[in-house]
Amino acid sequence: MRNIHTDVITEAVKKMCIEANLALAPDMEACIRHAAEVEDGALGKKILDSLIENMEIAKEESIPICQDTGMAVFFVEVGQDLHIEGAGLTEAINEGVRHGYRDGYLRKSVVADPLLRTNTGDNTPAIIHYDIVPGDALTITIAPKGFGSENMSKVYMLKPADGEEGIRASVLDAVKNAGPNACPPLFVGVGLGGDFELAAKLAKKALTRDADSRHPDAHIAKLEDEILDLINQTGIGPGGLGGKTTALSVKIETYPTHIAGMPLAVNMCCHVNRHRSVTL
Amino acid sequence: MNKKIQIPFDKEELKELRAGDYVYLSGTVYSARDAAHKRMYEAVLAADSEEAKRAALPFDIRNQAIYYLGPTPAPEGHVIGSAGPTTASRMDKYTPMLLDMGLTGMIGKGKRSPEVREAVVRNGCVYFAATGGAGALLSKCIVASEVIAYDDLGTEAIRKMEVRDFPAVVVIDSLGNNLYETAVEDYLASRK
Repeated sequence: MRNIHTDVITEAVKKMCIEANLALAPDMEACIRHAAEVEDGALGKKILDSLIENMEIAKEESIPICQDTGMAVFFVEVGQDLHIEGAGLTEAINEGVRHGYRDGYLRKSVVADPLLRTNTGDNTPAIIHYDIVPGDALTITIAPKGFGSENMSKVYMLKPADGEEGIRASVLDAVKNAGPNACPPLFVGVGLGGDFELAAKLAKKALTRDADSRHPDAHIAKLEDEILDLINQTGIGPGGLGGKTTALSVKIETYPTHIAGMPLAVNMCCHVNRHRSVTL
Repeated sequence: MNKKIQIPFDKEELKELRAGDYVYLSGTVYSARDAAHKRMYEAVLAADSEEAKRAALPFDIRNQAIYYLGPTPAPEGHVIGSAGPTTASRMDKYTPMLLDMGLTGMIGKGKRSPEVREAVVRNGCVYFAATGGAGALLSKCIVASEVIAYDDLGTEAIRKMEVRDFPAVVVIDSLGNNLYETAVEDYLASRK
């Protein structure tokens, strides 16, 4: 059985927190550069140009791309043949967040109690989704999530009869409702199927897919394209100031569901769609 | 149209601004977001005279601007960290009262409530939007920053900041025109 010490995990998490917040992954950066080239809305184009300048300054000066450096959301795949020694795995990840947000000069955006609202001061606790998988590897994906866009996310408990039309209409409804609030151009994560809470988790997971990836199932890939097209016909545009680029990408993740239902979750993300993965 | 605007505001000059104008703001702005707004609002409500209400606020808000901002910490050698706007609608509950007390400009992003729009018109104010998610770029326009109140709120503390040529667009002007409504319609019409 393979052993891994939690000190290694903490260090990797710290590094990921900082890297994810200082530079967009190449797929996201390419998306934004392409959008700026094709945008024909005057104010929209101005916004996209400033986003490119922003990415460049962030990289050169090691300043976070966005001041909302997010709640630290993780998807962690734990190989069932792996033995983890040292601290608890969850604590090791939180310790990495603590160090990363401190040493990376990232914002501490977490309050301990939703009503009393005292800042925890170190951006912990993280939100961690675990999966047990075959093998002896540990794969950690971080997706720091800002709440300007998170607040505009929605769950729709659609019925089987709603079909593809219901899905298209619901995602469009969520995007129109978000308007300028979620910092368009958006990256739209959609969770389809499962149950109430799994749909939401899938929607978040969809945000971690590469911008240029396509869903392996042809009918879902087609739906992704169709929804993106519909969103970009709204005219909302970058910053909500008019233009053809309201969303950069739509990603759908699916799971089997009940005969009576078709849960749909829409997790909004802004153009600062940050994610990093590491396999230890 | 691109215009240079000085803060504290000259209200006569603000009346000339129209939704869609691109402006460069220079002068003093104060950062405040959710927690600071709640605290200011409650302090004013608890005060029992006009004078006490004004004294309950940590700075004189007349002719001033609030920037809806919670920055990242400033690294060594920087005035401030990443410093882009947060969503303005979360402050809507508290905003009409502040505008009626003399607050004149707001910088944020996203939609406002009908109540805020009415208070903007009633008081001859302006709501500006800065580019959401451009915190690194916007930090370059902030040349000084100092926490002046509510230090315990961390990133949500109130900062007095000096900005120079801070880029923003007029979203709601003093007549109540709303760029978020007109810009999308105008864009769609231009494509027909």
